[in-house]
Amino acid sequence: MLKTTPFHRRTAPLCASHAWRRWAGYVVASSYELTHEREYHAIRSSAALLDISPLYKYLVQGKDAARLLDRVVTRDVGRAQVGEVLYTAWCDAAGKVLDDGTIARLDGETFRLTCADPNLRWLEDNALGLDVAIGDVSERTAALALQGPASRAVLQQLADTDLGDLKYFRLTASQLRGIPVTISRTGYTGDLGFEIWLDAAHALAVWDALIEVGAAFGITPAGMLALDLARIEAGLMLMDVDYVSARKALVESEKSSPFELDLGWTVNLHKAHFVGQRALAAQARRGPEWQFVGIELEWEALERLYAEVGLAPRLPTTAWRASVPVYVEDDQVGYATSGGWSPLLKKYIALAHLRSQWAAPDTAVQMELTVAHRRRRAAARVVKKPFFNPERKRA
Amino acid sequence: MSAAYDAIVIGGGHNGLVAAAYLARAGKRVLVLERRERVGGAALSEEVFPGFTFSVFSYVVSLLRTEIIRDLDLPRHGLHILPLESTLTPLPNGDYLAQWNDQDQNRRELARHSLRDAEAYDEFGRLMHQTARAVKPFLGMVPPDPASLRPRDLLGLARLGRHLRRLGAEQCHTLHKLLTMSSADYLDQWFETEALKATKAASGIIGTLLGPRSPGTAYVLLHHYMGEIDGVFRAWGFAKGGNGSVSAAIAGAARAFGAQIRTQAPVAQVLIENARATGVALESGEEIRASRVLSNADPRRTFLQLVGEQHLPADFTAAIRRFKFRGASAKVNLALGEAPNFTCLPGSGPHLRGAISISPSLDYLERAYDQAKSGEFSCRPYLDIIIPSMIDPAMAPPGKHVMSIFAQYAPYHLNGGWTDAQRAAFGDTVVDTLAEYAPNLKSAILHRQVVTPADIERMVGLSEGNIFQGELTLQQMFFLRPVPGWARYKTPIRRLYLCGAGTHPGGGVMGAAGRLAALTILREGA
Repeated sequence: MLKTTPFHRRTAPLCASHAWRRWAGYVVASSYELTHEREYHAIRSSAALLDISPLYKYLVQGKDAARLLDRVVTRDVGRAQVGEVLYTAWCDAAGKVLDDGTIARLDGETFRLTCADPNLRWLEDNALGLDVAIGDVSERTAALALQGPASRAVLQQLADTDLGDLKYFRLTASQLRGIPVTISRTGYTGDLGFEIWLDAAHALAVWDALIEVGAAFGITPAGMLALDLARIEAGLMLMDVDYVSARKALVESEKSSPFELDLGWTVNLHKAHFVGQRALAAQARRGPEWQFVGIELEWEALERLYAEVGLAPRLPTTAWRASVPVYVEDDQVGYATSGGWSPLLKKYIALAHLRSQWAAPDTAVQMELTVAHRRRRAAARVVKKPFFNPERKRA
Repeated sequence: MSAAYDAIVIGGGHNGLVAAAYLARAGKRVLVLERRERVGGAALSEEVFPGFTFSVFSYVVSLLRTEIIRDLDLPRHGLHILPLESTLTPLPNGDYLAQWNDQDQNRRELARHSLRDAEAYDEFGRLMHQTARAVKPFLGMVPPDPASLRPRDLLGLARLGRHLRRLGAEQCHTLHKLLTMSSADYLDQWFETEALKATKAASGIIGTLLGPRSPGTAYVLLHHYMGEIDGVFRAWGFAKGGNGSVSAAIAGAARAFGAQIRTQAPVAQVLIENARATGVALESGEEIRASRVLSNADPRRTFLQLVGEQHLPADFTAAIRRFKFRGASAKVNLALGEAPNFTCLPGSGPHLRGAISISPSLDYLERAYDQAKSGEFSCRPYLDIIIPSMIDPAMAPPGKHVMSIFAQYAPYHLNGGWTDAQRAAFGDTVVDTLAEYAPNLKSAILHRQVVTPADIERMVGLSEGNIFQGELTLQQMFFLRPVPGWARYKTPIRRLYLCGAGTHPGGGVMGAAGRLAALTILREGA
């Protein structure tokens, strides 16, 4: 039925909560323990180990590999150095975002693309006339994210390369107890962290080794609920939650341009022709109609809303994923798409799409909130993303 | 003379019953006259063999209009649609292709055959869904005549024009392709897996004497997706008790609204005075008067038999004669001692609760068609199979099963005609074809019923056994169905209306024709 990841034989017995969820046709743990709280804190205080194998992964190889990727994505891939990882979006011809993901340059002519949805057909269709081979390595490549302040120390115990030199969004080939892996300093938590890419055949051995050496550092297997909170704090968007792929949108208004998703920085209009370039240039001239921002609810206002009905504020300790209206006075000016209580920041935060004129930092807005079965509006303000951005992430 | 009824409906097929129910709901005195001992027409459940109940003809609910389900409150009258969620296509090499309802499961299965197709599938589905959504309002409207200048036609055309202008470029192009291409060509643009293309293409040839490479078949693909738009409503599936329970529920609603239904009351002719219908004469000689007469019989039967050419303009009669039927499909209903065991997926499993399609490749389907073109039945036909007892165990005695096999091509105009020997030979062909994939089939068969197009015509009165009351091809659709200028349920005989699938939007147990005919009459202020 559903697929299990190469780590399932280890993760299944750990999953005391029996809370599983689907990700790209796989089952992965929502949380291992009965609540995700400790797993979240491991991300921010020690080291959390996350099974991210369900990601789609493609190897793009050949003389024209960089040309193909440059034709498809918005960033300048040709200029990436070996060992560099790029986060980028890619668009349809109308300049609307299809997907987002990372591209790692493994060597001069080899790239690994990771993404949320399958993209083989899109890549192949754009590869006409190019000398390039595209391989779907999703199933045979296992992947782990080791995230948190202690992640480097844990990984260094096993790795035969010096990770102290590995910069943010760089990658290195390495061996963990003799098992060949690639290690990238990337992640979806906005913290110091690494992602480890390996042949699925070695999955269990690598898992066991990490758990073994990590124990002293507080390594904690973490599930998707913990990750969801962390990625919201990091201001990182999630496809199908915060935006709809142009491939899946049923109406035009569901689609987004990269500029509307705060991904303008990934769009290089001056490189050679790529899909959506002309439309994106026009969008850049016009400026985005919408912006993707962070909002922070004001505690006093929140407290008052609850106090009116004799309650203490209730907070979403699990991140929510829904479309929640955001207002300025009586006009709806946008909608929040994910949010939750940040246990670290002690703030109720949300990611929201707002019409540009209301999107500047510090703009006062209101977010809808159900208090004791009644719709209320809580005062909030626009803040800069990421909500949480520790120095160690890049240091 | 004051008529006993406001309306008489000739024929108690599902469309006749729908029309009767809507008229009765509006307070009209309605009488439905059914020739057979039971209402339902081709949406009929019958205990053909003791203990084994079959949907003798039509066998799934796919396009039944959701507004009819709501307006007539059909669930309260016994309609219960059970899910039918997968399609299994067994392949000659022992493998299979399955299409599942769950997106992850479906993607994974398709990826086994082609990674590209697995991806294209969702995109194809989205585009078809959007295009079907764009076309769907047409199904619910009385077709305007583009050659007419009457205000109502102009208004209708304006509505259509506005609607089409709102289509995005992508959907607009898709619609044009679907209207002009063959399903094979259209699917070739999307997919590379033969079995996937063939199984999808099959929905474009059902009930029609055309092959997957015949232009125009692509459009019918779209009808499939119209059913899916109501996905949340879940109007697609298997009616508990068989398709007769759809008819029974509609009849129940009609009666509850006050309609009378008489069975074993065959109508011999429509009574016409001064070019105006005044009632009907039964075969028994009894005459019943009504202000209006609706015919659920197909156009040919209605005009050439029940009305008579002498009452009709010659050009109209000629057009009715040209209206194409050419039944192409047959049913084989099997009572089984045990469930079929498929080589590709042995034993029991969810695949037995869905459809099973024998459509391994486009070439297979086209070859089947090639034989039908020259008046032979296909020696290896396309089959669409369901096992109703797997979904509703009450259809068969405990542990035993009923199997419904829709088979194509079995042309009505068979060389030498449909004799008993030919019927048996076709039954053997169907069983042999399926037994290649499920070897225990032959030994499991307890009883067999073969229904050829000739049988369909004889039993339920559908001309040439066409299951849609006339081919659903582009030249016989919308304002052209059944005759240009007469596509609004009215006929050259005043107060006589058509309400069957021979009118827009056609067949498929939709009920739309019956509803629109009734609404047309009510709008006239009858």
